[in-house]
Amino acid sequence: MEFKDYYGIMGVARDATEAEIKQAYRKLARKYHPDVSKAKDAEARFKEVGEAYEVLKNPEKRAAYDQLGSGHRAGENFRPPPDWGSGFEFSGGAEQGAYSDFFEALFGRAAGGGAPPGFGGRRGAAPGAPPGSRGEDHHARILLDLDATLDGGTRSIGLRVPHLDASGRLELRERTLAVKIPKGILPGQTIRLAGQGMQVHGGTAGDLYIEVEFAAHPLYRVDGRDLLLELPVAPWEAALGSSVQAPTPGGAIDLKIPAGSHAGTKLRVKGRGIPADPPGDLYVELQIALPPAADEKARAAYRAFAAAAPFDPRARLGG
Amino acid sequence: MTRSEVEVLTGAIVECGSPLTLEELCRLCAVDSQRIVALAEEGILPGATGPAQHWRFGGAALRRARVALRLQRDLEVNLAGVALVLDLLDEIEELRRRR
Repeated sequence: MEFKDYYGIMGVARDATEAEIKQAYRKLARKYHPDVSKAKDAEARFKEVGEAYEVLKNPEKRAAYDQLGSGHRAGENFRPPPDWGSGFEFSGGAEQGAYSDFFEALFGRAAGGGAPPGFGGRRGAAPGAPPGSRGEDHHARILLDLDATLDGGTRSIGLRVPHLDASGRLELRERTLAVKIPKGILPGQTIRLAGQGMQVHGGTAGDLYIEVEFAAHPLYRVDGRDLLLELPVAPWEAALGSSVQAPTPGGAIDLKIPAGSHAGTKLRVKGRGIPADPPGDLYVELQIALPPAADEKARAAYRAFAAAAPFDPRARLGG
Repeated sequence: MTRSEVEVLTGAIVECGSPLTLEELCRLCAVDSQRIVALAEEGILPGATGPAQHWRFGGAALRRARVALRLQRDLEVNLAGVALVLDLLDEIEELRRRR
């Protein structure tokens, strides 16, 4: 397993005081909290920082880590010494197995104090719970492509779920589910999969709740149930009015551009947004694309136009 | 971390059709009603108007409640702070949308 440099992760010196470590943790926890941060690896970083803090804030664990940590570098292959574990006693019970292998090798599965952050850890029905009890509900968040809600297709979803093994120990299990995405689901909505939460021997299984977000789409931006499309048009198409082809989720349509349109004009195509109930609309925002003056013929046309229709685009600047 | 399994599942959107009662929201968030009532009294949850037994929550309230509880647990933010963070997150979202 890889050696973890907890001081490096926290960005503190090896002789940092408890106050400095706490301050560093607070700062990093705010920075990488998955609900606040838009960083791609926020969740992983947040867990890593939580694990580092779990060790460094506890004098016993920190001393144990220091004793062993000197002479190792981050990412280096690591194996705990054979006499490891004697002479230290760790208190507190872990609720979920979300710590790294490195942490568990050093401090055991039962060494963490409380649920690791970012994991939604919570006491569920205990192993060997009385019959008729109900398993814990599990929660997950996933990032879907927009097409999933537009056509209601099936998507494969990879989850890491805590699972009680036969001896009642918690382990993380990689689980892949094929889920039919309800057509018209909106960002922030939650899918409930009955009986897919924690299984309990002799009891009822909990449910699995999946909160849905959409990844950026090359054409459409999502605004609630509405979609926004930026559509480039030629100056004459906007000025004189025209009918142009525009993509929509349901297929291309002929879109009527009214004469006198300008950059930023928004046209609404009713009912062509996310097919929720009621369906959203598609807003088409016009962008004026400038034709290149690439050859003499085009340049002559520009000059003729300038002469025919005098126009000062900066008139409003009062210059 | 062991073996994979593949199943094909069909689920329903949580709050579609019937909005959530206080009890249902508590179950979905795995907290007791005091915690939800506290969030509601801070004005964090849309749908919490009138007496508690009449409260009906949609997806937005579920989402806000879960974010609020995570912020409380992970960052030890107090109720007023959580309300402020949620409002600012909404504002950031709005700005991003307008770009």
